[in-house]
Formats: sequence, structure tokens, C-alpha cells
Amino acid sequence: MPPLPLISRTSGAGMRTTFLALMASLCLALPGFAQDTAPQPQTTDLSQPALTGLAAVLAAHADQIAKPSRQTIGPVIAAIGAAGPGAPAFLEAWADKRVGQRKDGAFFLIEKTGDGYALIDPMTGTPAGTAPKAEITELKPNSGVRGLIASALVEFQLMDPDPAKRQAAMDSLARDGGPEHLEPLRAAIEGETDPAIRAQKERLERLLTIRFGATSEKRVAAIESFGADLGLDLRGALNPILVTRRTAFVDAPSGNIAAELRAPRQISEDEAYKLLVSQGLAPARLTRADLRAALEAHIENGTVGGFALADLDSPAARDAAYTALEQAGTVPAAATDDEVAAAVAAHRYADVYAEPDAAVTDAARTAMKRITLKVDAMQMADLGLDALSLASIYFLAAIGLAITFGVMRVINMAHGEFITMGAYTGYVVQQFIADYTVSILVALPLAFAVTFLAGVAMERLVIRHLYKRPLETLLATFGISIALQQIFKNVFGTQARPLTSPGWLDGAWVLNDVVSISYIRIAIFVLALIFLGVFLFIMNRTRLGLEVRAVTQNPSMAASMGINPDRINMLTFGLGSGIAGIAGVAIGLFAKVTSELGSDYIVQSFMTVVVGGVGNIWGTLAGATLNGTLQKGIEWLNPSNTLAAQTYMILFIIVFIQFRPRGIIALKGRAAGD
Amino acid sequence: MKPGSLAKNPSVLTFLLVLAVFTLGVTVLSDAYGSGLISTSMVKTLGKTLCLCLIAIAMDLIWGYTGILSLGHFAFFGLGGYMVGMWLMFARTRDIVLSSAGGALPMTPQELSDAIATQIFGVVGTSELPAVWAFAGSLPAQLALVVLVPGILAFVFGWLAFHSRVTGVYLSILTQAMTLALSLYLFQNDSGLRGNNGLSGLQNIPGLEAAGQDALSVWFLWASALALALGYMLASFIVSGKFGSVIRGIRDDEARVRFLGYSVESYKLFVFTLTAVIAAIAGALYYPQAGIINPAEMAPIASIYLAVWVAIGGRGRLYGAVVGAAFVSLVSTWFTGGRVPDLNLGFYTIKWVDWWSVLLGLSFVLVTLFAPKGLAGLVDLAQGLRSPRRGGTPLGPDDGALQEREAVE
Amino acid sequence: MNHLLEVSGISVSFDGFRAINNLSFSIGTAELRAIIGPNGAGKTTFMDIVTGKTRPDEGRVIWGEKSTNLLKLNEAKIARAGIGRKFQRPTVFEDQSVAENLMMALKANRAPWKVLFWRPAPADHARVAALAEQVGLGDSLERKSGELSHGQKQWLEIGMLLAQEPRLLLVDEPAAGMTLAEREQTTALLVDLARSRAVVVVEHDMDFVRRLGCKVTVLHEGSVLAEGSLDHVTSNPKVIEVYLGR
Repeated sequence: MPPLPLISRTSGAGMRTTFLALMASLCLALPGFAQDTAPQPQTTDLSQPALTGLAAVLAAHADQIAKPSRQTIGPVIAAIGAAGPGAPAFLEAWADKRVGQRKDGAFFLIEKTGDGYALIDPMTGTPAGTAPKAEITELKPNSGVRGLIASALVEFQLMDPDPAKRQAAMDSLARDGGPEHLEPLRAAIEGETDPAIRAQKERLERLLTIRFGATSEKRVAAIESFGADLGLDLRGALNPILVTRRTAFVDAPSGNIAAELRAPRQISEDEAYKLLVSQGLAPARLTRADLRAALEAHIENGTVGGFALADLDSPAARDAAYTALEQAGTVPAAATDDEVAAAVAAHRYADVYAEPDAAVTDAARTAMKRITLKVDAMQMADLGLDALSLASIYFLAAIGLAITFGVMRVINMAHGEFITMGAYTGYVVQQFIADYTVSILVALPLAFAVTFLAGVAMERLVIRHLYKRPLETLLATFGISIALQQIFKNVFGTQARPLTSPGWLDGAWVLNDVVSISYIRIAIFVLALIFLGVFLFIMNRTRLGLEVRAVTQNPSMAASMGINPDRINMLTFGLGSGIAGIAGVAIGLFAKVTSELGSDYIVQSFMTVVVGGVGNIWGTLAGATLNGTLQKGIEWLNPSNTLAAQTYMILFIIVFIQFRPRGIIALKGRAAGD
Repeated sequence: MKPGSLAKNPSVLTFLLVLAVFTLGVTVLSDAYGSGLISTSMVKTLGKTLCLCLIAIAMDLIWGYTGILSLGHFAFFGLGGYMVGMWLMFARTRDIVLSSAGGALPMTPQELSDAIATQIFGVVGTSELPAVWAFAGSLPAQLALVVLVPGILAFVFGWLAFHSRVTGVYLSILTQAMTLALSLYLFQNDSGLRGNNGLSGLQNIPGLEAAGQDALSVWFLWASALALALGYMLASFIVSGKFGSVIRGIRDDEARVRFLGYSVESYKLFVFTLTAVIAAIAGALYYPQAGIINPAEMAPIASIYLAVWVAIGGRGRLYGAVVGAAFVSLVSTWFTGGRVPDLNLGFYTIKWVDWWSVLLGLSFVLVTLFAPKGLAGLVDLAQGLRSPRRGGTPLGPDDGALQEREAVE
Repeated sequence: MNHLLEVSGISVSFDGFRAINNLSFSIGTAELRAIIGPNGAGKTTFMDIVTGKTRPDEGRVIWGEKSTNLLKLNEAKIARAGIGRKFQRPTVFEDQSVAENLMMALKANRAPWKVLFWRPAPADHARVAALAEQVGLGDSLERKSGELSHGQKQWLEIGMLLAQEPRLLLVDEPAAGMTLAEREQTTALLVDLARSRAVVVVEHDMDFVRRLGCKVTVLHEGSVLAEGSLDHVTSNPKVIEVYLGR
């Protein structure tokens, strides 16, 4: 027994009381006993300053509290937990390393002050003076102990009057609940008034029952009660039940068997033998390195087992040499292939559940199947949403290109740089306007204006002179692209610039644990829809659209009708570039704004336009949808590698073009916007 | 090569003469064989430039003569480099492994291959030799692959593209996509070619360590010059006869050539594949001089720069392509090497390292707009020739006709 | 009669518009035929189908003694089978000399590998010179064809057509843009050619057709309206209605 430093020397009656309290504490301290002990009524009718409640417990276990060990501290924590008022606060402080022991052995909650500590009495929570640094030893329980303390705390917190604390307690339980929490949790459900937290508690109770329920029926019932619930927590509870271990058996497999495996069809000979070796059922095979070492250890006069060293450069020669050594008795016999085959055949193999209860594993397996089916369906839905949002991004990036390429037959390789220009415009605007919402609202039209002007300038200065040489337009605009990209680098540097989205676009719309979509992607989807609408409106309902279509179909006829094709070309080009600018702001919100932002999208944009069919907005839409779906689909099939996904997508598109050279929607009357 | 066609093309003789004088000149000024006026790294730069001239000739054949603006020829160039690089890296690593091998027993083939694989693929976290390295131990096999891999790739791609009659800008975009796909593929660590690390140490030629880099650089200069000379003669042979007429016809009016009974697709495919092979050979000579190859070299932008060189030099004539490639790549090296003094404008100092790309891009626009014949157009000026009066633009597609068709297709 | 080309029951439509509607047509091995018809009658589409540029939705096009199905061949193979075509607009390779243009058209193996190593023999030079002489370009052999006048380009194209030595010539509006003298020259040439091969001339100009003095096929709305001598068809009331309007 540890000495009891806090026992005060008092008269006989006091002495007896002290003794009783001490006995109670000792009982609490006994392992196994502490678990189920309800808070001991610290009944004492004496008004003497006797040690009761927490103080008594602390006094009883002072040494262990001061130097806790993960193995033995459990009962002590339980005792403290049961010690009545002040106990939760003490445990909390202990876990937070805010408990100190004074030289005389008393424990206090401590707060650092300038050169010492402010002391708080753990029993009453009232200040108890100060102490110099030297007087106090801070208690620093290790993380294992802190974990135990935390889980003991949970029981109090589950019934804490503050809902936030109850919530936190449940989060902690959901992370690492144990069998010991089941009872307190059940007890805490009764008194719960908040319906949401009550529902959570009930769910948690069922989850814990699945794992730690007393009987197999209760656990199965708990599993069944969830149906095809999609919660990650449920899968987290079911998965450990379904963990299997591959085991070799000399006779018939025993235990809760998931599946028996037959060598060599379901389990390869190699794997089976390794299993035997790891279970000590067979001697290890001679590895190539061992073989080599064994041979090297027995070199005599440049030969091994009668073979010249220079000849030992093939596995067959080495085996022969080893066999020679074996026969000479200089090396131990190693398992030959025949022996391996025999050993493998002599045993049986099975995947065995760690969970012994077959009824539970069966129920868990069925439940898992149900869930997996639903998760798959949900994942498809999620994939669909992802594809849709990627398609909107492609559409945004490509629509400007579709206008210049489709309507005017002009390849604008600098389109990507116009996208970048839009993103940088957004960045610059944010340097002047701090409010993100306002700055985005300013940036969108400003980006349109900036890139519109850039587009018009480019059309007037360069493209106008190259209308009859499409390949050279491609090259000239490429030259502009090189120059612009470098200018961006020189002005804005090579590092990424922030373009921050407003707060209300942060976060995601979460449908369940599988399906969610971030607001920013929804915003981009909406933006894409708006663009589609605006484009259709301009092309089909305005004078400009009519003239654009006229010039597209027959420039000389349009000119003779009094339409100025130069002006129309200029405006069309400006429009396409301006839309690229707006797309740049949108893309910049979620991608890194660097000088290469646009060039990352340019090939995809071309693909979108080409796959969709030139000169047709619906084609662009179809192309974007196809590309987005395709890329997400390939990523889903091969999730480890987005690079590979892009490679395969481009290959698909190359092949696709072979069969539909004019894209998905190829109109013979190439009218834009129809 | 018949003497007759040589005589018909005095420019070929002039070119060969200039090339020979240049190579000899560099040799007598080199560290290894002469006065040492030209540093070894400069010799390497010149040797690499000759390789770039060779691929420019390929580009000129496919674009300047046949009218196909391929944005994929640098991919073939890179593939050629990879093929030869695999042997260089494998053989050198094998030498290192063999010389540093401990243990009394000679290695088994498996042990050797594992040790080499660990050395080469440690950076991408594998120690197994990928299947594509099956022939890496054999120089002849790997040299054959220099021609075969890009050749077959070009043939398959070209067959698909030309037979579905993809033309004009569509074809350009498609070749660009092919290049992008290839470089993205190579960027992966599990592509078997060391991902973005690429292949390195290629300047060390196994078996020739004793020669030293200064001598090797001159040897490679000679090899590159020889390849360039052969490539130039081959190209001028191709464009001089009726074949040249046909491919220029395809450039100017594809449909008409078809109605004359020529299978336009076969001609395009022939030129596309041949130029891919020439590009690959150029790459196979280039990368041992550069010492390192990685997928970034094959990005689409490189192929577009190739078009820039040829355009600035002058499309549709072989010496134009050579002049363009040499001029632009050397000037580019000069500018980006930081050796050009900054230009102080008072309010802003132009650092050419930063502004060279801008200058290049803009001058490219100007050349396209105002000098479609490029630098080679200066030769015409010097000879007092004027371009023939034609409906279309010089060396470009027929005014209207091609544009109309590209628009339709 | 022994047919060189037999077109039966072809139809083709573009976006729902039937450009050719169940058209049948045949021509003998040595025959001159004129096809007339108002705009949109399907004359050019008909030539496109025969030369492989357009695929019909239905019908058959049978060629030669071996009854080759032309629909299975591409343009280049059809041209090699012996069908030459002259376009409405003169299309010659303007960047190349007259001699190069003719040399390219000269009948020879068209395979890339053969062409690569093909070098003109003296006989080929002589043939090119003779052809150039025949179309009045004898002293312009080394000139770039882009420098030629419009009429000269027309003649060069005819020369290229002759160099191909086709068995069937499809000529689209040969008289367009020609002077009166040139027209007469052209007429004489076509009549002369038709002695040894089949020639189909598509033409608007009635005078020109009359001068050819051959059988005439009238197309209207994608099918044959009438066939026979010019006088016969011009007296046909349906033809009159189509040409003169209601």
C-alpha cells in the first residue's frame, strides 16, 4: 500500500471516519470491482474536515495519479469518476495537463502565472492561493492515459447540461467507443431532451451494440435495424467484424470460417507455402539470396561442391552446387519444389473471421452487401454530378472558342491566355476590393471588358489579315499566346496568385456520406447554363446574332445586304474572347491562378469543340458532356491515376474523330446557334 | 541519289559544302582536336543544333511541302531519344553494376537484371525491369526501335487520321492531342520510362568512356552533320521529282490530285511516316548530346516551336527550314543564356531572359503577317526574284479554295 | 449497245433534299453526250457520284467490260480506272510549271513508291511537249501555271485530262469564260475526242450544245426528263416548261 500523506491526525471518531473512507477508496481501486461500482455514497454525518468524495479518492491513489501507467490506471480513473462533485473538472484538467501536485502531496488544478502557479481546489473549484514553481510538480500523463481519462469523461459529458458538450462526447464515442460505454450511453438516452441528440445517441447505441452487444441476437438485431444505411460510421462498425485472416490448418478448418480456399486454384502454391512457413508448419524455402550466401560460405579453392565459381552464373548451376553440398552434408537440406508441393497439399486453408460469432458475421455480410449495392448506386450518382460539373467547366472554357472557331473558322490558340487574363483580372480586382462578393461581381464584367478589348485588338491587328489562311492564323495566334504567357509571368510572377471565392460559395451540398457537391461547382454549373442561355438569346433573338449568322453562311451576300462583315467579325471575336475572360474568373476560383492556367484548358477546349461539332452551341454542349463524363468515367475505372485518365481520354477522342470527323452534331447548314 | 538530280539542285551542293566547312571549322577549333577556341559545351550546342536542323527538314517536308501542319513531330523526336536513351542508360548501369558487384559468385542473369532495375527504377519505386526494356541490353535492337517505334506510331496514327479524311486545322489539333497524350503517358511513374525523371546520364557512352566528353562531342557533331547531310539529300531527292509535284499538289489542292488518280492518303501517310522516322533519328542523335531526356521535352509546345522555326526560316524550301532552326534555336540559346545585356529604358529594365519569349512570340506573328516566306525570302530578294503572280499567297494554299474546303471539313 | 458506264436507279439526298432521284443513265465506249438542265437539276451531283466524291443512298454504277462496281472505289481508284473530270473552275496547280502539271497527269503508275523513283524518259518529255502543243501552250512549258490567263488554265486542264488518257471524260461547263474562237476550238476537240472514247459534257449554253451535235440528256429535279437529239428534246413540252417556266 502506498503511504497516505493526506490523513490528518485527529481524534478516535475522526479516525474511524477516515478509515471508512479509506476502505471505500480501496474497494474502488480493486480491478474489476471498480467497473460496475456505482458512485459510492460518501455518507458521513460528521462535520469534521474529513476526507470525502474526490479528496478521499485522490488521497488514496496519490502515487498512481502522480505517475500514472496505462496498464494500471484504469480503476483509479473509474474511482475518480465515481467520486462525485469536482470529478469531471478534475479529470478534464488532468487530461489537459492542468493538474499539479504540491510538495505536501495535495493535488490542485493549476494555472501558470508569472513565476509560479495559481491553485484551484479540485473539490470545490475555488481558488486556493498560489504556489511558487518549485513547490508544484505538473502532472503529465502520457497519451495512452489521457485516452483512458477522456473515455471516462465521456460518461459525464453524455449527461452534461450543455448540449455542445454532449455533442462532443458523442463525437468522441463515435471515434473510439468501447464496451464500457454501452451502459452509460443507454442510461443517457432516457434523460435526453434534445431530439436530434437523442436520435444520435440511439444511433450510437445501436452502433456500439453491433460491436460490443452482449448477445449474438442483440448484435444481429442491431445490424438488421440499419437496413441499407449509408453512414460511414455504420460501415466503420461492420468492417472490423468482417475482417478475416488467412490461416492454414493441418486438419479441417475450425473457427468462424468465411471461405475455405483450395490450393492452387483459390490460393497459389507460393502463397500457401508462405502461410505454412509463417505459421511454423513448414521449413522456410531457400531464397535466392540464401542460396547465394550458402554457396559463398563454402568456397574451397575456387570451387563450390565441385563446381567452378565462374560456372555458377545460372540458377540451375547454383541449385546443382547446393545439392552437391547437401549430399556432402555441409549445408542443411532445404525444401525442394516437390516437398513444397507435398506440404501445400497436406494442409487446408481458409479465411477465418476474427469475430467468432457466425450469426453476427452472416448478418454483417448481408448488411454489407446491401450497403455496397446502395453505395455503388450512390457513387454512380456522385460520379454523375462530378462529370456534370467537369462538363460545365469544359463548356465554360470552350464556349468562347466555339464562337471564334465555329462561327468564324478562326483558330485562336491564345484562347487559353484570354482565360488566364480573366483570372488575373479577378485577382487584381481583389487587390482593390476587399469584400469577396463585391469583388467577384465587379470582376466578372471587368474581365469580360478586358478580354473583349484584347480580342478586338487581336482581331484588328492580326487575324483580319489572315482570314484566308487558317493554318497561319493558328500559328500567329500561337505566337501571341507565347508572348502573352511570358508577359503574365513577368508581371505576376510564376507563383500562383490567390483568387478567393466569397464565403457563401465555400462548403458543399451534402446529400449523404457518398454524394456531395461543392457550392462552387454548382455555381459554375449555373454560370454555364446562363452562358448557354445568353448565347442562344444573342444568336437567335438579336440583330447581332442574325448578322453573325448571315456573315457565317455567306459573307459576300451579307455584305451586299448592307452588313459590314468586318464589324461583325470583330464583335464576334470580341464576344468569344470576353466569354473566355468570364470563364477565367470562374475557373480561377477553384484552380491555381498561374500564367499556365489557360494552357491547361486549351487542348481540352479544342477537344470539346471538335468532338461536339464545329459551329454549333449544342455540339459544344454535347462535346463538353462527353468529355467530362468520359474523363470522370475513366478516372473511376482507374482511380489511382488522373494522368492515365487524360491519356486514355485523348486516345478515345482521337479514335472518335476517325469515325465522326465532324463531331457529334454535324450540321450541313452550318448556322451558329441553331 | 542520282547525279542528275544533284546537278538540278545546285542548292544541295552549296548546302553540303557549307555544312562540311562548318563541321571542319568547329573541329579545328574544338578542345579535343584543335585550338580549343570553341568549348566542349559549345560544340555540343552546335551538334544539337544540327539535329534540330534535321527535324526542321522533316517538318518542312510534312508542312512546307505536303501542307500538313503536324504538331506532333517533336513527340517522334523524343521517342527516338527515349529509344536510344534506354540502351545508353541500361548499358551504363550494367557496366556499373558489374564493376561494383561484390560477392564471389558471378551474377545470374536474373540477379544482374534485378540489380540494374533497382539502380534505374529506384527513383520511381520499382525494382523490376518493365517489359518495354526487354531489348534495352542490345544496341542493334534498340537502334532498330529508334526507327520502328515512332515509325509504327506515325503509321497507325496517320492511317487513322488520313483515311477518315481529317484535314487542315482539325488534323493539327489531332496531332497536338496525340503529342499531349504521349507526354502525359510518359509523365506517369508506371509508364516504365521513369516518369517525370526521364532518362539521364545519356552523355556517357558505354564502351567509350576513355574518349572523354571533349572528343565525344566532336564525334557526335560529325554524326549529326552526316545525318543532316543525308537527310537533306533524301529530302531534296523526294521533293525534286514527280513525287515532289504530287505532294505540293496535295498541299495546294488535295481534291484535284485525287481526281488525277493519286491516292492522296497513301502519299500523306508515306510522308508523315518518313518524316516521323527522320525526326526520331534526329532525336536519337540529339539526346546523347543533351545528356537528359524527360517527358516535358515532348510537350505539345515543343512541336509548335518547331513550326515556328520552319516558318521563320521559310517554308517550302529545305534550306529555309535549316536556316530557321539554326538561327532561332541559337539566338534563343543566346538570349536565354543571360549573355545579352539588359536593355535599360529608364523606367523599366528589360531583362532578356524574361522577355525573350515575348520577343519570339511577337516576331513570329510579324513573320506570319508580313514575311510568309521567312528568312529564305531574303535569298529571293538577293537574287532579284519576285514571287510568281498567283491567285493565292506565296507558298500557302490557293487563295480561297483551301480555306473553303477546310471550312467545309 | 455496249455500255461503258451504266448508272441505274441512283438516288441521293442532302438533309432531306433529294438532289438525285432514281436516275438512270448509260453511255457507250465512243460516244459524245451532252447533259443539260436548269440549275439544281443534279448535273454536278451526278458527276460527283460517278467520280466517287459523293456516295449515293441507293442505286448502282457499273463500269467497263468487267462490270466493276464504281461505288466501291474511292476517287483515286475511279480516276485510275479511266474516268477523267474537268471542273467548272479551272483547277491547276498554280505553284508548278505547265510541264510539271502535265507530267503529274501523265498516265503512269500512281503508287507512291513507284512515283518516288520515277524519272521522266525522253518519250515522256516528248509526250508532254506534244500535249502542250495540242492545247496551245507549247512555248509556255516552263512557266508557272499561276501566271497563265484564265483561258490558258482551262486549256492546261484539258491537256492534263488528255494526259491521263481516260476512257470516259466528264467535262463541266467547258465553254464558261472562253472567247468565241476558243469555244469553237473546244467543240472541235471534244468531237474529235469522242471518236475514241466516251465524253460527257455538262453545259448550260444551248448554242454550244447544238454545235456538239450529239445526243442530249435533260435532267430535271434529279432525274432524266428527256433524251434524244437536241431538236427532239427542245420540242418536248415538258422541257419547254422547265426551261421557259410556267
